[in-house]
Amino acid sequence: MTSILSIALGAVLINNFIMSQFLGCCPFFGVSKKIDTAAGMGMAVTFVMGLASAVTWLINTFVLVPLGLGYMQTVAFILVIATLVQFVEMFLMKSMPSLYQALGIFLPLITTNCAVLGVALQNVQNDYNFLESIVYGITGGLGFTLAIVLFASIRERLAASADYPKCFEGFPIALVSASLMAMAFLGFSGMKIW
Amino acid sequence: MMSIVYAVLVLGVMGLLFGLILAFASKIFAVEVDERIPAVQECLPGANCGGCGYAGCNGLATAIVEGKAPVNGCPVGGAAAAEKIAAVLGVEVTESEKMIAHVHCSGTCSNAKNRAQYEGIEDCLGAIRVANGYKECAFACLGLGTCEKACPFGAIHVVDGVAKVDASKCTACSKCVAACPKHIISLVPEKNPVRIDCSSKAKGKEVMDACAVGCIGCGLCEKTCKFDAIHMEGNLPVIDYDKCKGCQMCAKACPRHIIEPWNTPEKIKELQELKAKQAAAKKAAMEKAAAAKKAQEAASAPADK
Repeated sequence: MTSILSIALGAVLINNFIMSQFLGCCPFFGVSKKIDTAAGMGMAVTFVMGLASAVTWLINTFVLVPLGLGYMQTVAFILVIATLVQFVEMFLMKSMPSLYQALGIFLPLITTNCAVLGVALQNVQNDYNFLESIVYGITGGLGFTLAIVLFASIRERLAASADYPKCFEGFPIALVSASLMAMAFLGFSGMKIW
Repeated sequence: MMSIVYAVLVLGVMGLLFGLILAFASKIFAVEVDERIPAVQECLPGANCGGCGYAGCNGLATAIVEGKAPVNGCPVGGAAAAEKIAAVLGVEVTESEKMIAHVHCSGTCSNAKNRAQYEGIEDCLGAIRVANGYKECAFACLGLGTCEKACPFGAIHVVDGVAKVDASKCTACSKCVAACPKHIISLVPEKNPVRIDCSSKAKGKEVMDACAVGCIGCGLCEKTCKFDAIHMEGNLPVIDYDKCKGCQMCAKACPRHIIEPWNTPEKIKELQELKAKQAAAKKAAMEKAAAAKKAQEAASAPADK
């Protein structure tokens, strides 16, 4: 139980996918203009990451490792992730068209979101069991959601009260605030859990 | 050898399996899309330039089908696209006037004076950062091609220090209008030939000092216009294209020759010849009248005696 808790806390805060591993930065900057869409994107990524860790763990343990095909991990995992993203896209289009509209081009981009592949590969590297993998995937996604929602709220605030030089408008100030956020998350890095 | 076969088999089976899952999922989660949307999108140019104000051609197609945008909402496709879309939707086209971008400046290298030599970044924005550009006139086109870079259709080029729009390629997408840091590009109706080729709001003397052809704000064009279509706004004439009939009288009247179409050297020469001819005709008529009067006087003089 403690290991699961430490994996969860580690994925959300200490080894946050965006803030300390710098994985999945594309949607982090692309879909963080509004809190609503950012939260939606975070949920979609969390869903895909959790599902991807489960499926990739099963495939890795029961297909790739027994057949000695460990070197095919990346290819096999990408296949799984691409399928899952397609599936999520169809699902969203049917059940939540407004969210589908808001996420727009970034939904297919989850396919190439390195956080999703990262979680699958790290599960293998860290020798997590099935439960741990799922927990790592979901909490990693939650960490992504936390970071992107915080970042979106900062950007909304920045857009409302532009108290910075005009030449910083848009992406420059977003990058500056993202780096400041990453520095803040650095504060967790020394933490040890049990 | 076996490992290769395994690898191929495993990935092949996985691909097949996932493909099947997706195929079923697409059946289960199929969403009914209005089939007119892709049909309308077929008619659009597909450049996704955003000139219509929607996010790409798909956005406009959806808006047109939903009735939120007019069938001629695409400035790039113009009348041809509007007709096709109207045919798809079975509605009438409301005629839209084709617009083109126009650079309101005649400050070519020979016309506009430079007050400094600029050797910085080859971009108007960069030049403006350095003491608001290198030309004496604060409103002049800097000719460093910010608009040229912004144009997705290759329709605007810097010629002799001033950006010129190629009317045949321009699609009125407004990218250059937004990009120009001097704000001297605007959309004008292509049909109407009359255009003001200056953006200087400075006083007459300043303009005289800075440019050989700039508008001095004399207001002759405003007085000449019979249709109340041209008005001075801050030392600069503004044409109201709704009222303008294209009679070109203002262009002929302009003493600085900056109103198109009467602003090219050939046209100016033609205009001068025309004016000289008119003046000669007037003179001749006056002389004739004077001679006739004299003759009349001469004829009536003996009668008095």
